[in-house]
Amino acid sequence: MIYNKSWWKWSLGIWMSLVIVGAFIYAPAAKGLGETSRILFFHVPTAWLATLAFLISAISSIQYLRKQDVKFDIWASSAAQIGIIFAALATVTGSIWAKKIWQSYWNWDPRETSIFILLLIYAAYFALRSAIDVEEQKAKLSAVYSIIAFITVPFFIFIIPRVYESLHPDPLINPEGEIKMDGRMLQVFLSSLAGFTVLFYWILRIKVDAVKLKLHLQQQNLKKS
Amino acid sequence: MNRGNFSLENKKFRLFHNAYIVFLKDLQMEFRSRYAVNAIFLFAVTTLTAISFSIGPVRLRSEILSPLLWIILFFSSMSGLSHIFVREEEQQTADTLRLVTTPNAVFLGKWFFNLVLLFALELVIIPLYLALMGVTVDTVSAFLLILVIGSIGLSSVATLIAAIISQASAKGALFAVLSFPISLPILISGIHGTRLVMDGEPLSECLSDLQILISFSVVILTLSVLLFEFIWRK
Repeated sequence: MIYNKSWWKWSLGIWMSLVIVGAFIYAPAAKGLGETSRILFFHVPTAWLATLAFLISAISSIQYLRKQDVKFDIWASSAAQIGIIFAALATVTGSIWAKKIWQSYWNWDPRETSIFILLLIYAAYFALRSAIDVEEQKAKLSAVYSIIAFITVPFFIFIIPRVYESLHPDPLINPEGEIKMDGRMLQVFLSSLAGFTVLFYWILRIKVDAVKLKLHLQQQNLKKS
Repeated sequence: MNRGNFSLENKKFRLFHNAYIVFLKDLQMEFRSRYAVNAIFLFAVTTLTAISFSIGPVRLRSEILSPLLWIILFFSSMSGLSHIFVREEEQQTADTLRLVTTPNAVFLGKWFFNLVLLFALELVIIPLYLALMGVTVDTVSAFLLILVIGSIGLSSVATLIAAIISQASAKGALFAVLSFPISLPILISGIHGTRLVMDGEPLSECLSDLQILISFSVVILTLSVLLFEFIWRK
């Protein structure tokens, strides 16, 4: 199995180091935004991973309701746990950048609003999980909640721009559909996105394996006693 | 078991009939204890009085008036609408209900009860709000449509989350925490639409808010009916 080989972990380490070096030396600063634009190489991947984790959590929840297999609940809750860390990182990095550019840490820009809602949903998900004692009930009810929350999110894409105006720069996905990035910036950005995604997969696997191992040990102890 | 289509019409009819019976049962239970009615009405009136007191004679702009109205509605429903499922668990009548009828009938009956409760609340609180705050609404049809559709969405979110939290501990605090992110689309577009109405805009200006409200309510109600079975069955 490729996951158990160590060569890709070493290459990921080298890859991420190259991304960091590239972000500060190789890529030029964006026009108009200056040196602060370099945060894009780290801020956008964290926001992307927060969304990806949410998607994985929702898909695993659907699988759990269909198959009633505890494996899927472990995937759903682990993805959510890592997702909330990346959502917090995206919020903090974005907020620091906003202070520099917009002179305020928080001003309810649509992007700020959506990441805030994502954080709220994650927080509610964990509040629910901690309030239920029976494992099967916990898995079932939190799976249902995760699915409803996931269905709600697309609505925000239509609602929020109607109410709030955005100042957030759109480097890749913009209404004109064109890429407004320098070639070298784009190289570093895409490499960073790929590197972070593999890193996320690695963290997720460690988390899932740890929870599975814990469950296994608990069952062993039950058999002994 | 009998999934043949020979009794399809009959089965549909029975679903609504059973849902209606669940609704009647809850209505009778409510008249006996009056817990949910007391909670929701007193909460709404207290909040409204507190707001009215603190503002005094100042005339507010619609940007503040419309969020205040929806905050009152949201938190009042958070104070009473969970009772419908929490009561079943507390009085240990849930298992009997599981045996006598289908999950869909239970959900629809309880959703309808919460909807009626919310409408009753609005019937009292909206005129009071308009009178105390000195608001005049010109396009009554748009205002009523936003309120009615918003209530349908809000009650389906509240009913489903009530079913979830009735099986958890720390029910009261959890209800608002879980409901808030899910009902945000209703709140944001409801607030936006109500603001336009208070500014005297015609119905056509609020159409896009109404579209969001309608589509969200339909999606969330369908999803609730589909997912409720997983929550309810043990």
